[in-house]
Amino acid sequence: MDGIRASESGPILSLSEVTLGYGERTVQRRLTFEVRRGSVFAIMGGSGSGKSTLLRSMIGLLEPMSGTVTFANENYWLAGSRERAEMGRRFGVLFQSGALWSSLSVGENVALPMQMFTNMSESAIRRLVELKLELVEMEEAIDLLPAQLSGGMIKRAGLARALALDPDVLFLDEPSSGLDPVTSRRLDDLILDLREATGATFVLVSHDLLSLFTVADDGVFLDGPAATAIARGSPAQLRDTSEDLRVRAFMRREQPKSAPHLDEEK
Amino acid sequence: MSGWEFRQHDGAGLIVLAGDWLTRAHEPHPPELASQGNRAALERVAFDVSRLGRWDTTLVAFLCEVRRAATAAAVNFDDSALPGSARKLLALLPVEPSQKHPLAPGRLRFLARLGGATILLLSDVGASATVMTGVVASSLRLLLGRARMRRADLLRDLLRAGPRAVAIVGIANFLVGAILAFVGAQELRRFGAESYVPSLVGVASVRELSSLITGIVMAGRNGGAYAARIASMRGNDEIAALRVIGIPIDDFLLLPAVMSLCLSMPLLYVFGCVFAIGGGFMVATTSIGMSAAAYLHQTVDAVPLGDFIFGAVKSIAFAALIGSVSCGMGLRAARSAMAVGEAATSAVVMNIVGIIALDAIFAVIIQTLGL
Repeated sequence: MDGIRASESGPILSLSEVTLGYGERTVQRRLTFEVRRGSVFAIMGGSGSGKSTLLRSMIGLLEPMSGTVTFANENYWLAGSRERAEMGRRFGVLFQSGALWSSLSVGENVALPMQMFTNMSESAIRRLVELKLELVEMEEAIDLLPAQLSGGMIKRAGLARALALDPDVLFLDEPSSGLDPVTSRRLDDLILDLREATGATFVLVSHDLLSLFTVADDGVFLDGPAATAIARGSPAQLRDTSEDLRVRAFMRREQPKSAPHLDEEK
Repeated sequence: MSGWEFRQHDGAGLIVLAGDWLTRAHEPHPPELASQGNRAALERVAFDVSRLGRWDTTLVAFLCEVRRAATAAAVNFDDSALPGSARKLLALLPVEPSQKHPLAPGRLRFLARLGGATILLLSDVGASATVMTGVVASSLRLLLGRARMRRADLLRDLLRAGPRAVAIVGIANFLVGAILAFVGAQELRRFGAESYVPSLVGVASVRELSSLITGIVMAGRNGGAYAARIASMRGNDEIAALRVIGIPIDDFLLLPAVMSLCLSMPLLYVFGCVFAIGGGFMVATTSIGMSAAAYLHQTVDAVPLGDFIFGAVKSIAFAALIGSVSCGMGLRAARSAMAVGEAATSAVVMNIVGIIALDAIFAVIIQTLGL
């Protein structure tokens, strides 16, 4: 695992002049940034600013209207479907809703990617599944169905599934939404531990400021009305040194003075 | 009693508010500032709240309307006498009413609706066709041993599409066979041809009705369920989660759904035929006094084996249609609870119309081939 990661250099993900939208509606324009290997990269911004849309384009669910997304020095959207699928297997994604496959038990959810893409025996898979569930403290729930889990358990099971194929990049969409402060804190610690233990890169969408300051060491700030990124840097940097009033106000949980956020997009 | 009264003294207007202004208690009163007093002379409007009782947002809505009317008429709006909390709520509301999108004129609206419905129908058909081609490709991969389908999923879907559907398919076909025998006996009696009831029931059910009835029952029973299942999986990002790591949904989700129907429906059709003939048998032996042996003998004589094969082929076609349309509708659904219901409804409707249309096409083919 480390061997693979060591053999590649440069940023693990980079976006260049990426414009995103649905149909004729543009959500974000000309996004250019890089995600360093091993970093915890935060996509920040207000509600409806296009954070999840950006995440969807990074994991291959939404093709950008223009621009390039490069994963490990390869142009993601120019690659053939087979190469894209291979790149996709180096991603782990925790969706906002958890998105556990509802007809499968927690254990089967974690096992499915391994059954599909490895030649491991069932007993080897079972051992790995137990390990991943132990990492997120969910080993007790291995035989439960997603409908029997609480919100926090769904998130943790989703994280265990995201870890199934030992991904190079873990994408987390609002990991702490709907979690109580203690569980949310435990999730933050888990992210930091996993980063240290596996060397994986994390990309997370969040507007939980406390969690952002704890885990993220880099990031990009999207603005809805401006429809582009208006700041780059770690959440703490943005809070302390950003010259943009909108960014500083957001990161400090204040009302922006000139209130450009409140204007409707024209 | 609640209400308001407008008083004017020179350029100063005064709105006297009285009584309770509660949403659950009375209708809001729209102010007609323009019709009150001499508008040209009105310079400011103020309020008297000394007789105002309890109030909620009904009052705020009224005040907002007054403010808008006052702003439009360039009348100074003096809210100083209003309760502080009402002033605060009023301050949160925009002075200008929000711009609503103008509606297209009647004829254009009709054309727009017609066009929208046509596009929707075409894209529904397109989605179903995409599912069908995906499933065909996926079954070819299965033959080569390369499809990523889990046997457990196929067995689960097969159980739902097979054994658990036998009772409902049986009952529906039994009743149709019985009805056919009743009506047939009445009409044939006029020509003294009651003895042809077994042929009528046998040929009609084996050639047409059993496959049709089975198809319609399965469209309602399993088609709706598939569409709802896939639509809610989509809403919960479960489909996205499969796509990201490259698990082909054709193999993993759609193939078991469509294949289970294609495997079970020909068998259900044969069951259906047996039950329909059984229904006819019951009516014929009890109400027209035909002997059991004569009934069975005539049925065997009247129904050639080829008709069974024809019916079974039709059932497989119906199964492929139900599977593809239902999965297609599920995959096209928007991400909301309402969309799940709509996907199920439109899947059932499209399936039933599609089955009848397909049956007509089969009839034309048979006619042309002279079979």
